Amino acid sequence: MTDTAWIDAALTSARPQAVGALLRYFRDLDIAEEAFQNASLRALKSWPQNGPPRDPAAWLIMVGRNVAIDDIRRNRRQQPLPEDEAISDLDDAEARLAERLDGSHYRDDILRLLFICCHPDLPATQQIALALRIVSGLSVKQIARAFLVSEVAMEQRITRAKARVAEADVPFETPGAVERSERLSAVAAMIYLIFNEGYSAGGDTAEIRSPLCEEAIRLARLLLRLFQSEPEIMGLTALLLLQHARAASRFDAAGALVLLDDQDRSRWNRKMIVEGLALIDKAMRHRRSGPYQIQAAIAALHARAEKPEDTDWTQIDLLYGALEIMQPSPVVTLNRAVAVSKVRGAQAALEMIEPLEPRLSNYFHFFGVRGAFLMQLGRNDEARVAFDRAIALANTSAEAAHIRMHLDRLMRDSQPRGAKAGK
Amino acid sequence: MLYAILCYHDEDLVGSWTREQDAAVMKKLAVVQDKLKKQGRLGPVARLLPTTAATTLRKDDPPVVLDGPYAETKEQLLGFYIVDCKDLEEAVDVARDLGNANPGGAYEIRPVGLFEPGDGVK
Repeated sequence: MTDTAWIDAALTSARPQAVGALLRYFRDLDIAEEAFQNASLRALKSWPQNGPPRDPAAWLIMVGRNVAIDDIRRNRRQQPLPEDEAISDLDDAEARLAERLDGSHYRDDILRLLFICCHPDLPATQQIALALRIVSGLSVKQIARAFLVSEVAMEQRITRAKARVAEADVPFETPGAVERSERLSAVAAMIYLIFNEGYSAGGDTAEIRSPLCEEAIRLARLLLRLFQSEPEIMGLTALLLLQHARAASRFDAAGALVLLDDQDRSRWNRKMIVEGLALIDKAMRHRRSGPYQIQAAIAALHARAEKPEDTDWTQIDLLYGALEIMQPSPVVTLNRAVAVSKVRGAQAALEMIEPLEPRLSNYFHFFGVRGAFLMQLGRNDEARVAFDRAIALANTSAEAAHIRMHLDRLMRDSQPRGAKAGK
Repeated sequence: MLYAILCYHDEDLVGSWTREQDAAVMKKLAVVQDKLKKQGRLGPVARLLPTTAATTLRKDDPPVVLDGPYAETKEQLLGFYIVDCKDLEEAVDVARDLGNANPGGAYEIRPVGLFEPGDGVK
């Protein structure tokens, strides 16, 4: 690795801790970010000459802090900006720094930094963009590319999100146990959103968007290192790893979606699977189940099956049943129905999803799954109607291409032979 | 004399490497390993899963199982085992048995991600 690549990696990994601490000192996101930026510039100059500091995050916090305080003092001569009490403990920074860096302080710093991105007033897309900008440190250009929007549009989105966060009253005191756990679950949900943003991409854009999945995994690992005994964070990390392990086999050469049953399992990433399985194993020992753990356990059953027919669908059915109780949602029931179709047949599965139609009438997967069940039951005309509906609702060209493949199969089956057999 | 070479690095930093950077490092390491292998001097090589996958058994009386890696600095690393277990439960049981035989200190139980048995040393 070259010098600059090493420094880039060090800056990326130190960033959440450093920006989190600077935010606690200055209580202003822009000042904290600028301080980190300035410290990073100095690092690029100083580290290649003097060698890397023993603790890069501490170095960046110290330097960023000093530069920002100098700036504030200089500015204060022209304009009174901001009041002394707004900047917590201007003095004896160095003495307290070491003590502040270990212990739980920095854990809450990072959690706070992640948490302000999850402000309930912010729509999901703004939450994700903000987190990628301030926590992950991706450039606006990189984020815009991942979201497939222009740089200008992304710049505006982030500026709006920041303005809203600035208005919000983010408490800087050390959070209590209940508040910490609420923050933790909001942050976990946000990390899952980042992942899904990358995961739900079509085959044509998967390459561009998969860094979002990798970044989400990095953030989940970071969170788990801070909260080592939280089974749901183990579950979240495992879930992301197990899902992302299948990335290379999810689309065919033409970019169409490949279903789990048809994927080339030799292309699944064993390294990620092994880590995901180890994390679920660890989470299960706590006997405190939760939605991420259950979803990870389902993903694990798929990962463990060497061939599709080895899949333990009975267990998957049970797990979805548990998830339905914990987090009732028509989408969960729809997923469960796929397991039911394998265990008890398509008729039982179809009966299970019929009542969901009013709530899922705009949901691509509902009609895709319904069509597949009808097709298995030989009700080809009805299947075709469902597939047509699915294509109309497809979010990506990969989804549409996948359904078209089913339609083609129906056409092949029903025209030559169907005409003769009167099927 | 056999020597164990224990690998320490900033996990955050290594986790921040891109896939390409990681692959480039592994490739360079493979060159060194191959040289040792050809000379018949290379024993087992393992890359451990991240510390997030670690569990620690403190050999107190009674022993306590904790999530995460062994983080104290007052004890020193004195040895290690590689044991084939069907799950973490079984690995913890093995560690308990070892702990009964040799109380005090702790065992960190970490899944092995990549393992090359290496038959170079007997």
